[in-house]
Amino acid sequence: MHSLFGNAAAVATGVFAAMRAKGRDTRVVAQAGDGGTVDIGLGPLSGMFERNDDVLFICYDNEAYMNTGVQRSGATPPAARTATTQAVGEHPGNVFGQGKDLPRIAMAHEIPYVATATVADLRDLEAKVEKAMAIRGARYIHVLVPCPLGWGSASKDTILLARLAQQSGLFPVFEAEFGEVTAVLPIRRRVPVTEYLQPQKRYAHLFGQTPDTETIERIQAQADRNLSRYHIDEVEI
Amino acid sequence: MDKPFAITLDAGSSLANKTGSWRTERPLYLNSLPPCNDACPAGENIQGWLYEAEEGQYQRAWQLLVADNPFPAIMGRVCYHPCQTACNRAQLDQPVGINSVERFLGDVALQEGWQLPVEAVDSGKRVLVVGAGPSGLSAAYHLRRAGHHVVIHDAGPKSGGMMRFGIPSYRLPRDILDAEIQRILDAGVELHLDSPVTDVMAAKAEGGFDAVFVAVGAQVGKRAYVPAGESAKILDAVSLLRDMEGQQAPRLGRRVVVYGGGNTAMDAARTAKRLGAEEAIVVYRRTRDRMPAHDVEVQEALEEGVLIRWLSTIKDVDAGSMTVERMELDDSGFPQPTGEFEELEADSLVLALGQDTDLSLMQDVDGIEISDGVVHVDEGMMTGAEGIFAGGDMVPSERTVTVAVGHGKQAARNIDGWLRGIPFEHAPRPPLATFDRLNTWYYTDAPKTVRPTLDSARRVSTFDEVKQGLDEQTAVYEARRCLSCGNCFGCDNCFGVCPDNAVLKLPRGSAEGDNGRDYAFDLDYCKGCGICVSECPSGAIIMIPEA
Ligand SMILES: Cc1ncc(C[n+]2csc(CCOP(=O)(O)OP(=O)(O)O)c2C)c(N)n1
Ligand SMILES: [Mg+2]
Repeated sequence: MHSLFGNAAAVATGVFAAMRAKGRDTRVVAQAGDGGTVDIGLGPLSGMFERNDDVLFICYDNEAYMNTGVQRSGATPPAARTATTQAVGEHPGNVFGQGKDLPRIAMAHEIPYVATATVADLRDLEAKVEKAMAIRGARYIHVLVPCPLGWGSASKDTILLARLAQQSGLFPVFEAEFGEVTAVLPIRRRVPVTEYLQPQKRYAHLFGQTPDTETIERIQAQADRNLSRYHIDEVEI
Repeated sequence: MDKPFAITLDAGSSLANKTGSWRTERPLYLNSLPPCNDACPAGENIQGWLYEAEEGQYQRAWQLLVADNPFPAIMGRVCYHPCQTACNRAQLDQPVGINSVERFLGDVALQEGWQLPVEAVDSGKRVLVVGAGPSGLSAAYHLRRAGHHVVIHDAGPKSGGMMRFGIPSYRLPRDILDAEIQRILDAGVELHLDSPVTDVMAAKAEGGFDAVFVAVGAQVGKRAYVPAGESAKILDAVSLLRDMEGQQAPRLGRRVVVYGGGNTAMDAARTAKRLGAEEAIVVYRRTRDRMPAHDVEVQEALEEGVLIRWLSTIKDVDAGSMTVERMELDDSGFPQPTGEFEELEADSLVLALGQDTDLSLMQDVDGIEISDGVVHVDEGMMTGAEGIFAGGDMVPSERTVTVAVGHGKQAARNIDGWLRGIPFEHAPRPPLATFDRLNTWYYTDAPKTVRPTLDSARRVSTFDEVKQGLDEQTAVYEARRCLSCGNCFGCDNCFGVCPDNAVLKLPRGSAEGDNGRDYAFDLDYCKGCGICVSECPSGAIIMIPEA
């Protein structure tokens, strides 16, 4: 069923309730972008979590409103340039300290299953979807999907960037059950955040003639914080 | 359009949106040349047989291997494996232990009694091969496979050439050597021992041969002039190693000096130790990095207690002692005398200063050009005389068993072409699969399996084989470490990462895709993003401009 922008969770909840009323055991999966999930759709989604409706909700996070022309969403990371967070003068693109970390918001609802994943590890993603489908109640999977157009990156680097997001620590890949982190994908080859940021034009203003080391350091600090917050291991190879 | 306002596609599918129309470049599956194959002097398809071996298809792996080289068990023991030096995996952790896997396959084949296939129709042509060494045997085998009648003549009492008379049995056990040679004879090759050819043209005419391949090797030890007293004991390394195959082991004494820095010098010194010498000292005029001997051989010799005196030459020899002069390298790296002398106690001196050829059998043949002790051949390995081909140690090249085997194959192909009047042409060489074309993320880290080695204390006293083989499990593990450089190994990555589901998976083994792969691109939907190229672990996909 193709719903409207922002009401996927509401529609999914309705479908689930209707099927239950009819005595049918139909599994329901809802999918939406980050804008539709963390901003406009957040109310119904939070309600769906609270009621623990038997729905798997999958968010494809490309970190902005892409199909309307790259506007900032609540999932846009700090310092990223979007059409509504231009990097001009002293403004560094999207501001620090705002935005919503939806996997953590989902965890705060203490639903049975929350997981993050990226398109760089398809077997991991597949395993998480399978696991989610074996569980009843509200489940949430948040998938990082680079957007070549919106990020200003080469199409061929799409998987590479998703991988670097995880390997730099900026995007933690984990699973949580009933509000507790239960598994974390380790980092195999740790890279500094610059390796992830530099190939993206939305961060080009950080790498001008005089690199904006202060901002880069703040982003690096976020990655470092994820490592301790999620106890991400670095695997020695 | 009969669809409602603002609706362009049917619900449930976006197949009507042919994203292929956006494309400016398209992907193509392309097999490129793995560095191991590129480096193999015998032209083996190493990546190909490792792939079969890793799947547990040992017989298929072996068949693919012997299509190029009939001696896997010998190779797995004596080849200096330039393939491993070239292996891309070295840049990741350590090179794949190709040589160990080759030996494993060779040994399995001998245990199982697998035979060499001869399927070609009889050509009615007769070819004479002179010399039953690695080159001659290899040529004979390939000529037989091409359907020709092959007769080998060898001057010696046993076949194998330098594999028997130059390589000690602790490196190549004789039962292995015999078995791999016998398999070639079983394929229908005729061998005559103790039958030297003294005049190649006469032999050709007498036997009614259509072509001849001469591979008599370089078996004469070089005798540099060293002033010596009457009772000084001097012999050359080639004779020493040859005598090891006789009834009576040579007597060398308690302290043995070997003069030279090549593999033969190492073999001679290690043999001397096994014959009971308390000390075996190699005297070499330059430094270790300039030594022609291969590193493994030097390493194993040192482990066995062989001593090496670098930067030294021998001035003269007497009974029980010799005079050694210390050398110095000049600016251009040449050793120069220093005038500093030293006495060295020694019972015998073994000269390992290289080998010469004996080419008297073709000396007076019209058109054949011999200079510096080697015969000149053209690209097709033919000498200046029509129908007379040559290879192995007697033509200019590196002198190893594997190079000789490669020569035999090359010669056989060219002889076959010449006999049929269709000149042999090399298939065009695909581009080299260099390390930068791989996406190494997908290969898990796994260091090389080290072959068990005989304890050095035990090995100096016996002629038992020093290096042991790998068991099946480790051999398969080793084969699985292969990165399959430049060749699709069916990992499904392209199929998984394509954002447009434009990679089609064909039935396994159907080989109906580009260049014989089991995948194809659906160009209606491939928009040319290049993700499959970036994420292909083995670099087996390239982008080409849209025509
Ligand atoms: C109710 C409503 N408000 C606004 C829009 C316009 N609109 C269409 S897509 C979109 C942005 C979608 O962003 P996101 O959910 O992140 O998906 P993306 O395009 O990035 O994949 C917006 C604002 C709409 N279709 N409906
Ligand atoms: Mg979005």
